Amino acid sequence: MIIEIGAFALCLALVLSLAQTGLSGSARLRRSQPLAAAGEGAAIAGFLALAVAFAALMHAFVVSDFSVANVAANSHTAKPLLYRVAGTWGSHEGSMLLWCLALAGYGAGVAAFGRGLPAGLRALTLATQGALGVLFLAYTVFASNPMARLAQPPVEGRSLNPLLQDPALAVHPPFLYAGYVGMSVVFSLAVAALIEGRVDAAWARWVRPWTLAAWSMLTIGITLGAFWAYYELGWGGWWFWDPVENASFMPWLVATALLHSSIVTEKRGAIAGWTVFLALAAFTFSMLGAFLVRSGVLTSVHAFAVDPTRGVLLLAILGVASGAAFALFVWRAPALTPGGVFAPISRESSLVLNNVLLAAATATVLLGTLYPLIREAVSGEAISVGPPYFTLTFVPLMGALLLLLPAGPLLAWKRGDAAGVLQRLWAAALIALATGLAAFALVDPRHAFGAIGVAAGAWLIAGAGAELAERVRAFRVPAAESLRRLVRLPRGAWGMTLAHAGLGVFVLGACFETSWKAEAAQALPIGGSLDVGAYHLVLEDVRAVEGPNYLAERGRIRATRGERLVCEAAPERRFFLTGGQTTSEVAICQRGASHLYLVLGERRASASGASVWLVRAYWNPWASLIFFGPVIMALGGLVSLSDRRLRLAVGRRAEAAS
Amino acid sequence: MRLRAAFAALAAVFCMGAASDPAERLPDPAQEARARAIFPQVRCMVCQNESIDDSDAELAHDLRRTVRDQVAAGASEAQVKAYLTDRYGEFVLLKPAFNWGNAALWSAPFLAALGGLLLLRARLRATPPSPPLTDAERERLAALSQDPPA
Repeated sequence: MIIEIGAFALCLALVLSLAQTGLSGSARLRRSQPLAAAGEGAAIAGFLALAVAFAALMHAFVVSDFSVANVAANSHTAKPLLYRVAGTWGSHEGSMLLWCLALAGYGAGVAAFGRGLPAGLRALTLATQGALGVLFLAYTVFASNPMARLAQPPVEGRSLNPLLQDPALAVHPPFLYAGYVGMSVVFSLAVAALIEGRVDAAWARWVRPWTLAAWSMLTIGITLGAFWAYYELGWGGWWFWDPVENASFMPWLVATALLHSSIVTEKRGAIAGWTVFLALAAFTFSMLGAFLVRSGVLTSVHAFAVDPTRGVLLLAILGVASGAAFALFVWRAPALTPGGVFAPISRESSLVLNNVLLAAATATVLLGTLYPLIREAVSGEAISVGPPYFTLTFVPLMGALLLLLPAGPLLAWKRGDAAGVLQRLWAAALIALATGLAAFALVDPRHAFGAIGVAAGAWLIAGAGAELAERVRAFRVPAAESLRRLVRLPRGAWGMTLAHAGLGVFVLGACFETSWKAEAAQALPIGGSLDVGAYHLVLEDVRAVEGPNYLAERGRIRATRGERLVCEAAPERRFFLTGGQTTSEVAICQRGASHLYLVLGERRASASGASVWLVRAYWNPWASLIFFGPVIMALGGLVSLSDRRLRLAVGRRAEAAS
Repeated sequence: MRLRAAFAALAAVFCMGAASDPAERLPDPAQEARARAIFPQVRCMVCQNESIDDSDAELAHDLRRTVRDQVAAGASEAQVKAYLTDRYGEFVLLKPAFNWGNAALWSAPFLAALGGLLLLRARLRATPPSPPLTDAERERLAALSQDPPA
């Protein structure tokens, strides 16, 4: 019964999206306040209807209602509650429903908090958002209905892929989708602005909070995914330049570029056309990602919800939505005012340079991801584009960006002073150089790339510090005055400093880990030992344990350094009864920012007939920073979002005051 | 030594463990290091986009053994790659070859950046004249400049 309510609510949401588009669109045509209010009502009601539909599906998963096809295919009664809940978005149909829920949620957000927007722009934004909702909801209702019933329900479900039964991954899709779909608001705002024919500083300011929110969510979502890959796939890798990773990374790169270009448009009214282009591109890449991941046109380690027949439909949605938007762009963009003038050395130039490099990086990732398809279509030859390609192309582009980054925030608008900036950065440069040289000289074995990476990370962190010092005029005014300035610093400034420093932390971790990780593997009997890095590991025993839906072998490994006990780790090897898959549950000993990463492999028989286990050990120095850095970046985004200037209600309050 | 032989036999049958598996290693550490440098560039063709360095699959094991055998026989990295592409096509290389078919792939990132820089330069050179004031704006300006400063 409950699932029928859900199915009804889903159809209702589709109708409400249609209503939202029609009402809001005609509200703009007739400049009618009541119609606009009705459109906003439809947006909020549509979100509520989808929330009901989503709750109904979740209920079916929680109570294991196997008469629902989606539940039967993706759940199992023996699965722990958390994973039954997460199963709601673990399948293709369920994840599309989550996508629609996020889309409607953002639409309702614009309706509820967008009072500061001019009436016409708001109505057109809601109409566009509604139209996107119609496309995706129609797809969900007609081509991927998660509520479909089975005529003959099975007694037991087929369970979720055991690799996905993991806490980080349970919350990974909601963050990722909040990020992907958050770009839809920016997309709708851009379409609305193009129709209105007006892209100005005010518009850029409205775009910013939505971009910041979506960017922060996407950052967290990608980081969770990388972290999951790191400890679940069992060999300590965290980024593989896999098509699915690239699909989530491209919207992130574009959103990052948009965050920076919208500053120029907001402060100086310049490069408005480019900012609108990025706003359209961000959600286009989100949709492209949805298509690439689900259609199975590219093989990937992480594609868990693939269905090629529906891929065509997703491609059609992408074509219709983005095609229409970019056609509108080509038609209207030439009419946009070119905006202010700026010198080659200026804040504007530095932000545009940031955009040039980020856009080139996005193009690289896009080309690397799609090139095998293109080449196959053109010449019929199958080739692979793997991590070595991205290391040789993406990394140099980003390297240039990182080198220039600390200078950007120190440059003045319109006409900057290069000599003055260099003067303010010499301390940061010295710190970076010293850190790099220290890494080169002290860390064994010598590794030039690693040392350069460490220097780059230190350069970013010290550069962020230099920028903060400049803002509070440290060492040039009395300390008390500096402190007073520090307290009064706007949140936006803190956000930027945090995000840039967070990037530095990530670079430090990524370069250090990649350059200096060590590994060892050995087939060990009970009591056998192996060494990795400075650590001595002893396999103390292996016991059989029984989990809720798996059987496992749990090893006990004693790690010592010199005479000192460092940790007792318990890596597991799990065998899932339904589906018959085996996964390894890695044990990670945290040593400062570094990880001692232990994997229990399969049991073998030695020549004498005794059991031995293949134990792999990795020493991943500074690995925590890889995940901690992006968290700081996302935090920076959220801090910046809380800035008074960007608060969504500011416009409304100003209106009330006047 | 008997133990290792037993492992090698077992591993050959069941294909267990990725590149670091002790049963697969070459006795000469220098040769082993050279082989390990090649693994990340070679695709495990039956896997979901994994290199033979990471994959547990049987094919990955066979390819690792092929590479190790070649390296042990004194082949250079280029020779090993040529050996693999002769048998499996370019698809087996995760690092696309520098050839004319891939010219667009390798040059595009840098051309994109260069194009962006040229656009920026064009934007810097073109100094758009500020549009003349409209009559309404002129009046407003006049009215504003007559107001006493607040």
